[in-house]
Amino acid sequence: MAADMRLPVIRKPVSLIVSTDRRDLVVPGDVITSDTGFMRGHGTYVDEEKLTASVAGEVQRVDKLICVRPLKTRFNGEVGDVVVGRITEVQQKRWKVETNSRLDSVLLLSSVNLPGGELRRRSAEDELTMREYLQEGDLISAEVQSVFSDGALSLHTRSLKYGKLGQGVLVQLSPSLIKRQKSHFHNLPCGASIILGNNGFVWLYPTPGQQEEEAGGFYTSHEPVSLSDREVISRLRNCLLALAAHKVLLFDTSVLYCYESSLQHQVKDVLKPEVMEEIVMLTQQKLLEQEG
Amino acid sequence: MATVQVSEAEKVYILHGIRDDLRVDGRGCEDYRHTEIETDVVSNTDGSAKVTLGHTAVLVGIKADLGKPKPMLPKEGYLEFFVDCSANATPEFEGRGGEELGTELSNTLYKVFNNKHSVDLKSLCISPGEHCWVLYVDVLLLQCDGNLYDAISIAIKAALFSTKIPKVHISADEEGAKEIELSDDPYDCMRLNVENVPCIVTLCKVGHRHVVDATLQEKACSVASLIISVTQKGTVTCMRKVGGGSLDPESIFEMTEAGKRVGKALHAPLMDLLQQEERLGTKRQKVGFLG
Repeated sequence: MAADMRLPVIRKPVSLIVSTDRRDLVVPGDVITSDTGFMRGHGTYVDEEKLTASVAGEVQRVDKLICVRPLKTRFNGEVGDVVVGRITEVQQKRWKVETNSRLDSVLLLSSVNLPGGELRRRSAEDELTMREYLQEGDLISAEVQSVFSDGALSLHTRSLKYGKLGQGVLVQLSPSLIKRQKSHFHNLPCGASIILGNNGFVWLYPTPGQQEEEAGGFYTSHEPVSLSDREVISRLRNCLLALAAHKVLLFDTSVLYCYESSLQHQVKDVLKPEVMEEIVMLTQQKLLEQEG
Repeated sequence: MATVQVSEAEKVYILHGIRDDLRVDGRGCEDYRHTEIETDVVSNTDGSAKVTLGHTAVLVGIKADLGKPKPMLPKEGYLEFFVDCSANATPEFEGRGGEELGTELSNTLYKVFNNKHSVDLKSLCISPGEHCWVLYVDVLLLQCDGNLYDAISIAIKAALFSTKIPKVHISADEEGAKEIELSDDPYDCMRLNVENVPCIVTLCKVGHRHVVDATLQEKACSVASLIISVTQKGTVTCMRKVGGGSLDPESIFEMTEAGKRVGKALHAPLMDLLQQEERLGTKRQKVGFLG
């Protein structure tokens, strides 16, 4: 039994040094330019002939068009993004998937690998047994195949690395914190694997032994995960939350450094504010050393 | 209640974790999440407290008003509860969505707190049968991440501790009509004795074990939970079962024992914290809502 009770601490103001030499970072109400030769894009409005930001984020200029890309946003998917999502509905020839975007994404029956080989025809029977493959609540990893005109995403799982997710932990973070990388699937040396979905959903799972792919990835094992794996996953989860709380970009190295810095603390203590601050600071130092 | 979807495999993972006494966030089965408590956050109440338990945030405000004692209990004041489920907490509460949960919560709070064994109701009496203090306890749910009962009870205890009721002087004029005079001095006030105010411990039965302070994900894996209110001395004052599933007598006994132990251990750090905050005095810099 442990109950950790305390008084809330006042949040420290973010040091202003960063914001002065980054002119492209704006908050709502900041005047971007008073030059009238520019066009008004997303996240901006014209106030007394001055182009003003309506959201907090980064200013982007394409020719004469000025947009502000918000930092706190839902997921705006692009083709090729890796996402982790949850099935919310089974419909005619398609699944609806919650991916933290403005509209539910679509996973078509024709864009999944069904058991029995790549080139299998999809029969009416497959349509009837869709719920056996994926049902409401199930988690999947997928890739964005295309973006519809209304902004909804069409996903596909036509690769062995995508598909239904088994036992593990989902951490939901802001999509702005995920660093775009070549690979979003990592087997971390600490003994667990991670999928950093571009949509801010991060999946932590025990590193699979040998690949069992007979069921086309729709079979999930319900064997208990070992205690040591569990501890690693829980620690990684708390590390991710700590990094996210301090707005550190998430990629394999930052997660791993944070994991290493947290090893001197107990798993459940990682989420205490002072411990979070300490390990995030250590992580940032390590990241700087590695860069420099 | 705010619900989350959990897939079968996730459920299996959570279930096995609880069996091994290592939950998803690294806690043991009888550990609480990180809790922050601040009292005196709303200036136009007589006592208030804000409690955050993990991502669950609850604000409690207490307003004292003059009223007439209940005919059955002429020598006691009483408490009134109202739970407001803000749509900020979850979109499900929008419109009348939170009403059902609000009524359920306030009914439980009446049972737990509105009796002379929990709160010193006699001290709220001004003149028997005629005037008494009525404490309007308003609970506002700001964020829901499981374990509302425990968070609310901690917040109520903290708010009752910080409640300052102005002293009154009764003077009778020549014709015998009584006149109540409120003290103008803000320091001339009465504090409530919160020694016997219980805290609620919710135990969720997950698999063959039970956990305290369940997150929404863990709640989704449990079939039934037991709400136990425990005083500082470890006395159980109220017990309720919620959820659709059933509990066998043996596990109810086990859970009650665990609830007693946990509840008893909950009071000491809470009282320490409240006294520590009190010592900081009025010049303490308040964090409030945006801090």
